[in-house]
Amino acid sequence: MAAADPTETGETTGVTGTAVAGTATPDHDDAGLEAGLDALETPRRERPSLLTVARTKVLPPVVAVVLVLLVWQLVAAAHIKPSYALPGPIAVWHAFLHQWYLGTVGGIVGTSLGRGALGFLLSVVLGTPLGLVVARVRFVRTAIGPILSGLQALPSVAWVPAAIIWFGLSNATIYAVILLGAVPSIANGLVAGVEQIPPIHLRAGRVLGATGLRGIRHVLLPAALPGYLAGLKQGWAFAWRSLMAAELITTSPDLGLGLGQFLDQGRELSDMPMVLCAIVLILVVGVGIELLVFTPLTRRVLTSRGL
Amino acid sequence: MSQATTLTAATAGAAGDAADPAVRLTGLTKTFGRPGTAPVIDGIDLTVDPGEFVCLLGASGCGKSTLLNIIAGLERPTTGTAETHGPRPALMFQEHALFPWLTAGRNIELALRLRGVPKPRRAGIAAELLDLVRLGGAQRKRVHELSGGMRQRVALARALAQSGAADSADSADGADGSGATGAHPPLLLMDEPFAALDAITRDVLHDELTRIRAARPLTVVFVTHNVREAVRLGERVVLLTSRPGRIAREWRVDLPQPRRIESAGVADLSLEITDQLREEIRRHGRR
Repeated sequence: MAAADPTETGETTGVTGTAVAGTATPDHDDAGLEAGLDALETPRRERPSLLTVARTKVLPPVVAVVLVLLVWQLVAAAHIKPSYALPGPIAVWHAFLHQWYLGTVGGIVGTSLGRGALGFLLSVVLGTPLGLVVARVRFVRTAIGPILSGLQALPSVAWVPAAIIWFGLSNATIYAVILLGAVPSIANGLVAGVEQIPPIHLRAGRVLGATGLRGIRHVLLPAALPGYLAGLKQGWAFAWRSLMAAELITTSPDLGLGLGQFLDQGRELSDMPMVLCAIVLILVVGVGIELLVFTPLTRRVLTSRGL
Repeated sequence: MSQATTLTAATAGAAGDAADPAVRLTGLTKTFGRPGTAPVIDGIDLTVDPGEFVCLLGASGCGKSTLLNIIAGLERPTTGTAETHGPRPALMFQEHALFPWLTAGRNIELALRLRGVPKPRRAGIAAELLDLVRLGGAQRKRVHELSGGMRQRVALARALAQSGAADSADSADGADGSGATGAHPPLLLMDEPFAALDAITRDVLHDELTRIRAARPLTVVFVTHNVREAVRLGERVVLLTSRPGRIAREWRVDLPQPRRIESAGVADLSLEITDQLREEIRRHGRR
């Protein structure tokens, strides 16, 4: 290119000249030096192409699902068990289509999803301040921190009998079980998130004058967000699990028909395709919410922080 | 070393009693843990004049960071007093300590917000400060998109925002409600801020800090274990002993700014100070 560009050569000699003379560098050369250093040292990141994403992220799970269905169909076709006990994926699909044409699927999934969402939101409202108090107040933390972790290990289905005795066969029972399942996860997630905050951020916050509630709002909560989101994700998994346990046991004509009750109906009718259809639906809805809501949210937060 | 004059702490102040110093430490001692354990810093008397650039120099265990924390008001001295005059001091660390969930501009705006600067003025001041550290284009960049040197410059801009150095144009407003401090330039406490940077970048940041201080009134207390850095930057270099931290000796650096770290004047004084520093360190081996 234009190697003899007058401005370019002029500037280069200018820098060399001052360096040799050992005097102070003129201001404009200083700025040039700094800009050059910035350009050299700024980390560069290239976005992977859509094709690479499809090959590395989408293809493996699709292959896995297809394989599972294939093996399932083969095992069913081999008649190891009678077909009423082990129907193949095609029979389950037909059971699903049957329900679909009856027009019940939307209502069943909607009922469960509505309960799950409301229960989860209640858990967030209760679990967040609880987690904050446990994370920040040492006495509370030593007092109930271990209990909170222990509650996570307790299968929430164990609460169902107790909840039925307290609240009868009602929606209150279902929500109580969801809360007992999800609140500890969400609170623990926030505690872990607060624990993972690099001390330098807390110190910087204090130096900047972010203390008390302002410190929580401007430093503590945003800094703990990655751990909190992980807790929310796990909280949703626990809420969904607890909901299914509750619905499976708490069946009553007064209560709306959710996925758990649908599953229980299948058992009563000894309709294995219906049972498997319900199981697959429970799995699809639970994983679907995680993939559609929590995974993109977590990814956005992490990439914006360069993690 | 004709440029350097040794001072004692007692005679350090330039002006009389009429003007308050920016920082005055009197008989400062700090002990961690039970009373009776060996103090970290012991009996430090130090006065920093408004607008002065003082480098605190010492080996490990001299309590440099503790000293800065006490001046910043983050820790309380065990005995003695630490007073600062002027706006709330700003503190800058070896790590940039920028918040990764905010852009460069928002990091600075948060510092302004926490100081009570009203919202309409924040973005403008943040942009002005980023221009000052020559990162005008980086306002919307996230911390991880910046190099180590750029992060430290944003941190410097944030510290300036926090110290009130950006209010020079409209200090009459008294943005942080301490308008009466007009006579006192903002106080910047720097805790080895360039120690984690490579030599080239550090050198450039020395020039930058010198340039900014020439452009705006600023009192700086700069902690370092790098003798040449101290001589390159400081108007006064205070050598601290280790375990406990005490003031061993002071030098006034009369070389004109901007200095170059490679220059003969900086090298000569650095040699003298290094000899003294090594002598202090040797003393610990003999115990």
